[in-house]
Amino acid sequence: MRISSFFYTIGQGFKNLGRNKWYTLASIATISACLFLFGLFYSIITNFENVVKTAEEGVSVTVFFNEGTSEEQILAVKSDLEQRAEVREIVYVSADDAWEDFKEEYLGEYADGFTENPLADSANLQIYLNDVSLQGALVTYIESIDVVREVNRSEVTANTLSGLNVLIAYISAGIIIILLLVSIFLISNTVTMGIAVRKDEINIMKYIGATDFFVRAPFVVEGIIIGIIGSIIPLVIIYFVYTNAIAYVVSRFTMLSTLLNFLPVSIVYNKLVPISLAIGIGIGFFGSFTTVRKHLHV
Amino acid sequence: MEKGYRRKRGTRQIPDDEVITLENVTKSYSTGAPALNGVSLHIKKGEFVFIVGDSGSGKSTLIKLLLRELVPTDGEITVLGYNLRKIKHSKIPKFRRNLGIVFQDFRLLKDRNVYENVAFAQRIVQTPTREIKRNVPSILATVNLAGKYKNKINQLSGGEQQRVALARALVNKPTILLADEPTGNLDPNNSWEIMKLMEQINENGTTVIVVTHNREIVNAMKKRVITMKKGVIIEDEEEGMYIDED
Repeated sequence: MRISSFFYTIGQGFKNLGRNKWYTLASIATISACLFLFGLFYSIITNFENVVKTAEEGVSVTVFFNEGTSEEQILAVKSDLEQRAEVREIVYVSADDAWEDFKEEYLGEYADGFTENPLADSANLQIYLNDVSLQGALVTYIESIDVVREVNRSEVTANTLSGLNVLIAYISAGIIIILLLVSIFLISNTVTMGIAVRKDEINIMKYIGATDFFVRAPFVVEGIIIGIIGSIIPLVIIYFVYTNAIAYVVSRFTMLSTLLNFLPVSIVYNKLVPISLAIGIGIGFFGSFTTVRKHLHV
Repeated sequence: MEKGYRRKRGTRQIPDDEVITLENVTKSYSTGAPALNGVSLHIKKGEFVFIVGDSGSGKSTLIKLLLRELVPTDGEITVLGYNLRKIKHSKIPKFRRNLGIVFQDFRLLKDRNVYENVAFAQRIVQTPTREIKRNVPSILATVNLAGKYKNKINQLSGGEQQRVALARALVNKPTILLADEPTGNLDPNNSWEIMKLMEQINENGTTVIVVTHNREIVNAMKKRVITMKKGVIIEDEEEGMYIDED
């Protein structure tokens, strides 16, 4: 392709936007509406996932050891457990640390009456997990270690969080698939109508001797531009809606904001921007590409 | 191969100066009688040919076959050396660049001006911009529209619109000009103007094929006339006449 033809094709793609104002507006509005819903849903789900993840990070398994187990033995168990994939972090709490914590939390000045550490055999390991659904397997393993006396865990919390994770994954996948299917249906209909109006132009091009590529290229450029604009608009709207909504919730519902840790917009947009652009451009590209193909057999 | 002949086709060789060859061409649609039934036709370079006949006689099907918009059900069509039964889809654009086409309804791009409509044809065949700027004004001058190059299509009369369509068909310097009822939407004065332009184009060496119902023009111009009826050629005469079959 000549350079002048290349720029002509790009130029025609831009000019087509103006030539078919209503079609352009309808297509942009459809893509924007679909991606707005998608972006809104994505932001909510991402925050919800973050809340669950934060809760998960707080869930730990506490391991107590038999009487007389030395610090070296406990630290050896710690090193062994740290090799396991499901373990994120292990904190060693010595008997003295355990007693200090206990005194601070429950006894205060009354602790002076104790001359010896009553929690002498309370040295323990606090294990934090990468994935709470793997808690059961880890506990089974720990219980099989000789020096282990007792393993404390919150099975209900772990199961609830694990179940929530699965539920979020299913709901997200379901809603995203429905939104994408609706988007593709609406957008391909809009593109089909827009191109049907220009069937004559495509016919003339074919009669004159245009190659399929030359006929298709301006439409595809146009589709991509529509896709880009159609994805930028909802991203801008969601940006303002999201930041204002969080600011409002934090200022009005102080208690809620201490419980829920909202993600900053930059974190949400790290993935939302490329996903939205990819969907917008993809739909614009494939929508125009496949619809023009129907009219190429002249 | 004998000098002056291009290629053997069955028992007949195609002479070098023959641009269109149809051998026993039949085109059937899914229902009804064939639109073309065993048509054979030979048109030489530089000829001016009228194809006449009533509605349903097969004229439009013939034009569509020559444009390779349709493929014959049977028989062979060779246009400018391209076998239109066997031509690959990817080769069709290159083939069509040898043809100029004019329709009854002009088929101009209404959202573009006169210059853009003609330049559009050059863009499609990827003519450099410098040449387009030289060629378009020249061809517009040939069809007497030099002063209206900035006009939008809806600001032109029917005759002017057909002249724009003619300029668009000619700007790529086609070997064959196909015109499907070019005067069908025009008054007698404009019809004559278009036909005179076509005659002038033909005198410059372009083969011109005109499908028409316009008896007055056909009979006055004294060109080759091919008369079709119910999918067959019933008459083919040099300096022929369009005779009312009824």
